[in-house]
Amino acid sequence: MIPRPKPERFRLRRTMMFMNAQKPGLIKDAYIYGCDSIMLDLEDAVAENQKDAARFSLYHALKTIDYGDTEVIVRINGLDTPHWQEDIRVCVAGGADGIRIAKCESANDVRTVETAVEKAEEEFGVEKGRTLLMAALESPKGILNAYEICSASDRLFGVAISGGDFRKCMQTVFQPDGVDMLAARGQMLVAARAAGVQCFDTVFTDLDNEEGFRSEVLQNKAMGFDGKSLINPKQIRLVHQVFAPTEKEVIQAEKIVRAYREQSAAGVGVFTVDGKMIDIAFIPGAERTLKLARVCGMYEGDLV
Amino acid sequence: MEILKPAMAGTLESSDAQVTVEPMDGGIQLSLQSSVMNQYGRQIRETVLETLDRLEVKNAKVTVVDKGALDCTLKARVECAVFRSCGQSAANIPWGGAVR
Repeated sequence: MIPRPKPERFRLRRTMMFMNAQKPGLIKDAYIYGCDSIMLDLEDAVAENQKDAARFSLYHALKTIDYGDTEVIVRINGLDTPHWQEDIRVCVAGGADGIRIAKCESANDVRTVETAVEKAEEEFGVEKGRTLLMAALESPKGILNAYEICSASDRLFGVAISGGDFRKCMQTVFQPDGVDMLAARGQMLVAARAAGVQCFDTVFTDLDNEEGFRSEVLQNKAMGFDGKSLINPKQIRLVHQVFAPTEKEVIQAEKIVRAYREQSAAGVGVFTVDGKMIDIAFIPGAERTLKLARVCGMYEGDLV
Repeated sequence: MEILKPAMAGTLESSDAQVTVEPMDGGIQLSLQSSVMNQYGRQIRETVLETLDRLEVKNAKVTVVDKGALDCTLKARVECAVFRSCGQSAANIPWGGAVR
């Protein structure tokens, strides 16, 4: 039995890789790839008549395999299926770090899952509040209700858009410039930031189209996403590269944080660094850059 | 648990095992084929028998075709086959109890 530390609601989640929970060959060594989170899937990747088998497989994987620092999230079946309640029981009993709610459309959906999670925590003697939640928005209704979803629960750490289903609903298909989902991505990001939770982009399914993948990841970063869902280990490295700060950004952030601490100790609120005005509004961003830089092995100082 | 009808779980893919249970009187009859029989045959047999014991299966014909599954996978496949044979695999599994 591998005891997992209490999950952190806000941690680094640049890459979340999907894995079929029913395939032992995949899940036994999923942690070696170095993604921030793995997403063991009980939903679409598992055939309807193998849902039961996937749960047994998931339970023992959670209890036996040492995933180390890799976060372990489980995608459960939708609330319109007969599977989700047992999915939640096995996730909580096995000690998954978090649960991804598929096809989430309202705050009520989040609360329905939360209630079942609470009940399962009680049943299996798991610390109340340990199991985190995230919501996948897969429909126009989910996007329109993004803010109420994002603020529905203290367990919820973020939301992700799911491109396949969403594009179908919108009667469009993948576009290289992302215009097909621009409005939805934007709305979800605004909602997530307003509610103070994280926001993740959808998978990029054309594994041979490296240029297309790169430009989508660059756009994700530019729009302010925290990370991206992935379907293949070979996609991890690029996302980590793109989401890493540049050396210049790290140096700048270090200067800003250092100067701010000195100046505020001396009672000064606004000042300049390299000719640019800096005040308290710049500090959270600069501190985030330093934290990210530390994880990427680019910063070894003691400011964060 | 009593094996009520034949049931199977698992696949013949690498790192997996296919487990079949069938009703039979007079104890457990286990037949095992494995791609790693020489190295792990005894351990696989022990894991399967222990799992059946935990589920209180006293009588069954059990066939395991192992393709290099880890212990945790073997357990999962045996349990799933047994619960399927009783028609109880879909809900209210005793996670952490008989299944552990």
